[in-house]
Formats: sequence, C-alpha cells, structure tokens
Amino acid sequence: MNTLSVSSSPHLSGKLTTRRLMLDVLISLVPAMAVAVFFWGPRALTLTLVTIAACVLFEYLYRKLMKQSNTVGDLSACVTGTLLAFCLPANAPYWLAIIGAFFAIVIVKQLFGGLGKNFMNPALAARCFLFSYPTLMTTWAAPNVNLPVIGITDEYVSTISAATPMAAMHNGLLPDATLQQMFVGQIGGCLGEVSAAALILGGIYLVVRKVISPRIPLWYIGTVAVITFLFPMGGQDRLEWMLYSVLGGGLLLGAIFMATDYVTSPSTKRGQVIYAIGCGVLTVFIRYFGSYPEGVSYSILVMNAFAWMIDKAGKPHRFGTPHFWEKSKAKEGAAK
Amino acid sequence: MSHSFFGGVHPAEHKAATEGKPIVPMEVAPSQVVLPMSMHVGAPCKPIVAVGDQVTAGQKIAEPAGLGAPIHASVSGTVVAVEARPHPGGGEVMSVVIENDGQDTFASELTPHPDYQSLSAQEIVDIVREAGITGMGGAGFPTHVKIQSALGKVDTIIINAAECEPYITSDHRLMLEHPQEIITGVQILMQCLGQSSAIIGVEDNKMDAVKVLEETLQGKNTGITVMAAKTRYPQGAEKQLIQRATGRQVPPGGLPADVGCAVFNVSTAYAVYEAVCLGRPLIRRGVTVSGDGVVNPCNLLVPIGTPLQHIVDQAGGLKEDVAWVLMGGPMMGIAQYDLSAPMIKGTNALTCMTAAEHAPVVEDPTCIRCGKCIEVCPMHLETMYINMYTTARRYEETDKFHVTDCIECGSCAYTCPAGIPLVQNIRVAKTQLRALAQKAKS
Repeated sequence: MNTLSVSSSPHLSGKLTTRRLMLDVLISLVPAMAVAVFFWGPRALTLTLVTIAACVLFEYLYRKLMKQSNTVGDLSACVTGTLLAFCLPANAPYWLAIIGAFFAIVIVKQLFGGLGKNFMNPALAARCFLFSYPTLMTTWAAPNVNLPVIGITDEYVSTISAATPMAAMHNGLLPDATLQQMFVGQIGGCLGEVSAAALILGGIYLVVRKVISPRIPLWYIGTVAVITFLFPMGGQDRLEWMLYSVLGGGLLLGAIFMATDYVTSPSTKRGQVIYAIGCGVLTVFIRYFGSYPEGVSYSILVMNAFAWMIDKAGKPHRFGTPHFWEKSKAKEGAAK
Repeated sequence: MSHSFFGGVHPAEHKAATEGKPIVPMEVAPSQVVLPMSMHVGAPCKPIVAVGDQVTAGQKIAEPAGLGAPIHASVSGTVVAVEARPHPGGGEVMSVVIENDGQDTFASELTPHPDYQSLSAQEIVDIVREAGITGMGGAGFPTHVKIQSALGKVDTIIINAAECEPYITSDHRLMLEHPQEIITGVQILMQCLGQSSAIIGVEDNKMDAVKVLEETLQGKNTGITVMAAKTRYPQGAEKQLIQRATGRQVPPGGLPADVGCAVFNVSTAYAVYEAVCLGRPLIRRGVTVSGDGVVNPCNLLVPIGTPLQHIVDQAGGLKEDVAWVLMGGPMMGIAQYDLSAPMIKGTNALTCMTAAEHAPVVEDPTCIRCGKCIEVCPMHLETMYINMYTTARRYEETDKFHVTDCIECGSCAYTCPAGIPLVQNIRVAKTQLRALAQKAKS
C-alpha cells in the first residue's frame, strides 16, 4: 500500500479553475469579435491577435526576467489582450497595440505583483495611456469598410473615417445611426464596443456559466439609464436619449466585461452595488460635463481605485447578529 | 415554513456506492479494540480498569473528569494495556486496549425501560449520561450536557438527518432500517425537554428515508414532522440546519439553546432509544466505508474502538492507488496517517480517496479576488480578506473579519478557482489569535 497523504479538509474541489474562468471570458467575447470582422474584415481579427500575442509575450518575458513562475497558462494575459484590442479602433496601427500591451502587462499588472494584485484594469489603463496618441485613438473607420490587413496609412484612414454616435451626443444631439444600427453595431467606434447585441449575448453566457454575477452590469447600466432618462440633454425625447446613451459608446463593453474584472472590483454584494452605481454616475457626468464625449473607461478606472475601500463599506451582515434595521428595536427592548 | 440558509455548495454526492448497502456487522470481529479517553468535546476520561482486568461488553471502563461522558468496553475480554495510542484526531491519547475474547459477553449497569413514559427528565438525562452518549454527527459534544443545558430553554427540537457530506450514507441507512426506533428516541428526547413537537431535517436526496419515516409516523399523533430540505452543503451544519428549520440565527459564540433550539443527530436519537429502552450503552455504531480507494464500499456495524485498519480490511481492503483515508466525509473529514488509530463515537464514515478523486494540490495558488468564497460562505464571512491578512501574517486583523465564526465547512476552498487552501489558512489564523489572546492574558 502507498503511504497515506495528509492535508487539511476539504478534500473535494469544484471544477472551477482560474484558467477555466478566463477561457469562459474569452469565449464570451467571440460574438463581439465576429461582428467586428463582419464590419471591418479580417483586419479586426489580426489586430486582436497581435495584441494578445504581445500581452502574452510581455508577461512571459517579464516573469522570466524577474525569475518568477510562468503564468501565461492562466490565460489572463489573453483576456487583457482581447479587451485592449476591443477598445482600439479597428484601424489602429499594430505598433500602437503593442505599446498598449506593454503598458497593460508590465506597468499596470506585473509591476504591482501580477494577477490579482493590480489595482486598475490593465486593458482600460492601457487604453487611457494610449490617448497620448489622440489622433490615432479617435479616428474610427466607418462600418462596412473592408480594412486591408497591412499597409493602413493616415491618408487612407482619413478617407474612411466616421464619427461615433458619442460625438453627436456630446453636443446634445441624437446620432445619425438608427437604434437598430446601434443595437447590431453598424456604427463607428472601437473594435469591440459597437455591437450591443453581441456584447449582451456574451454577458448572458458569462452569467449562465456563473463566471460573473449580473449585479455590476445591471446596476451600472441601470444607473446610466435612470439618469439619462431623467435628465436628457438638449431637450431630446427621454426614452430615445436613454436608449442611445445605453447602446452608445463603450458602456456595454465596460459594464459587462471591464467593470466586472474580479481583481479590480469589490467582492462583497453591497460593495458591488455601490461600485456599479458610482461607475454609472461618473460615466454620465463625464459624458455631460467633460471635454470628452465618452466616460466609461475613466469612470471604471476611478472606481477601481476605490474597490477595496468600498468593500469595507460592503461588509456582509454578521451571522447571528441583529440587522441594522433591527438594532434600534433591540436597543428599545434593552431600554425597557 | 421555509428559511433558506445563505451560500453553500453542491458537491457531487458519491452516495450511490453505499446507499443501497444495509448496515451489517463485520464478518470478523476485531482482535483488539482501542478506546481513547478522549472521544468527545471536553476533558479526557479517567480509566477505572487496570491491565489484566476481565471486562464484559457494555461495562464502564472510564469515568469523565469534568465535561465528558463515560466510556464502555465495546467487546468482552481482557485489558491488555492502558497507554498512549494514536488517536484519529491526531497525536496520541491515553487509551484502554482490550483483547477480544470473541464471546461478546454483554453486561450493563443500565436497566431497560421500554415504558420510558414513566421516567422523569432527570432520570432520562442520567441514563443518557451513563450510556456514554455523545453527539454522533462528528463534533462529539456530550449529549446529557446538551440536554441538561437545554432544559426549560428550548421551544424547538431538531433532529439532524441531513447527512450533507458526500459519500456518507450511515444515517440514511439507519433511517431506512430503524425508523420506529429513531422515532421512539425522538419521543424520549421530546418528553425529556417537555416538548410536544420535533422536526426531523432530511435532505431531499434521501426521499426514500423521508417516505419511510412518514409512513412510520402516519396515524400516530406524535407531533413529529419530517422536513425534506433541498440538498445543499452544509445543510447538516448545526447553525445552518437551525436557520433552515426556524429562520433563527445562533449568535456568534452562542449555542443553539440561545435561540431556543436543541439539535440532535439522528444516530444520537437512535443511541438514546437503545440506552433508555434496551439498556444498551453506546458501544457500536454504523460506519460508511466508501471512496474509490476501497475495494467493497459498504456500511458496517462497528464496535467503538475498532482499529481503522480492521474496518477497511472488512470492506475488502484498500486499493493500490489509495492516497487519502479520511475519518468522516471529504468536506470536513480528518486525514489519517496511521491506520492503527481506532474509530471513535463520532466516526460516521471512513472515506478512502484516490489521488484522482481528491482535490488537486495547487502549487503557489494566486487569489484573483473573484469573491466566490464570499458568495458561498454560509456564515457570511469575507473569506478572501481573512486569507489575505493570514498570508500576510497580520492575524489580529482577521479578528475584525470574525474569523472565529468560521465553522470550517470547506465551501470556500471547495469553490476557490485558484485552489487556495482557505480552510487551512483560517485554522492558522484561529490558532494564532488564540495564541495572541493567551499572551495578552499572561
């Protein structure tokens, strides 16, 4: 007989692994990827693959150089790569994506200790860093333009670029695109953010697979919906304005895939609600009053920084003690 | 009346291997039994026999010293040693070793009371104490102390037949085979505590047991109801079962009696019946031997103190690839390293696991802050943060996260995608906190 092993209970484990969770996130992003390829051709896919490859490579090299364990296998670098590509214009140059990958993986993630230790979403932080190249980041190819896989020049881009719906909405106007076009994704914008339908499909997959709880996306989108419904800009119709606000820009991509990033969001139930409402309020404020037409990335990054603090406010009710609404009653009882 | 508890997990049940196997006596009786003086919560007992003494099965061989319950010889024969022996809880404990003469001569100081209705509460408590009954679900709190401290304080009696641990079916079989005896045991407890009703909590993966109990109860005005609860681990944890049955939450550091409840394991109720009606002390019990690492998974009726090696041999022996032998189920069981250790009063199962069915051991696991440990914790703890402060050795911080409330059910570690040994780390934090408190005192 073998010698017996000794370890602490429990001796069973569920099927969940970090790798499996990351793989599920990647699967959930496939529909949005497919829509991007449909509207912009294979260039959308090659840009994404280059970003993923760069992220994986930087993670591998950094950890090798620092004599740390190889963590490429957990697939988190692939998720970061995909999400970063999703918030670039499909026509963005490859080198820009590679710089972004370096910033995301090395500066934001690994310098803070790697997976689980970074305090900001690496993909979003990198996107904001890349606004050091404002022209490249804010020139979006119009939908239904089959971009060449290589050899995109500035002159070429200028002939095919289109404004995003957010540009019009920043001035209090409704965009040219119809709501149906917004829903399908036949609009200008970043590679992965355009198709509401594909993003919602991915979100449903994540919820069904129990990778994320719907708490953060619903409260985030709900907050934006309520504020934009109550206070439409430029005297627009409330309902229409609200629908355009929810479907436009990076809200769905941000709410479903970025704000739910485990590492940088609160883990308590109540904390997640506070965090998501904060994201929603900031998003609308930046859209309405900022110099920028879009506020999703900044609002999520700001709330990221508060995640741990919010968890302190979100402390769960201690088992076997009165709830806060019962405490006053208990005191009254004691007084009697 | 339905009040769900929060969180929990639903591991694969693995009960099919043994749930159809009746509890049968072992074919070969053990040649020796080892009776540790510690089989319960409280102080170790004092032996009252010496080497060379002849004992009968059922004879008292040790008296409690402080909180505890007496211990009885489980076979007849000769006392061959009173010395420290390996204990299934770890380490060595003073034990009385009896060489079995194979006669099974039974003699007990207890008198059978088939007419238990005439007994007073105190008389029942005395019988339960003299029978050496301790909680048989695992923790092993002396049952007479539990009853005594609950007298006049409780309005609800709950019988714990949830058996939520995977693999284990000994309680399930007991309900199928002895429903009338169990119900009599419950009625004795009801009479003792002056209650007219009781709830038997069973998980709905044992509907045949629910049916058998309900058929037994049919037409009799017993006041006993059977609650079939949706299967979810840890339903059989005392605090969660109370919450499920009554909606009440036991306060931190408190006892079930603080919320008017008394909870007894279904096997304990059966032992109470045997003690009161048959005059039999607790000297044997049903044990499930299961897992991929054992040749014939089965349910055995085992004399207390039988060495674990003998039990697994009676189940066909261990397979070549067995890697873990656990006393108890896979979620809370204690890993054994020396099978010469005996089973004790609280041993409901031996789970023999191969490396393939055991949780993988992850080298250098990384927390990804997914918060799933918080979502499954039935005690509402922020396990993730407790783990962070523990690994950073800031133990005093874990107290602010109420680490001492943890019931160590293992739901968090079961669900953790990173494979972090969360329960182990929590135990470290608890031990360190106790050490800090000791230091502060001195």
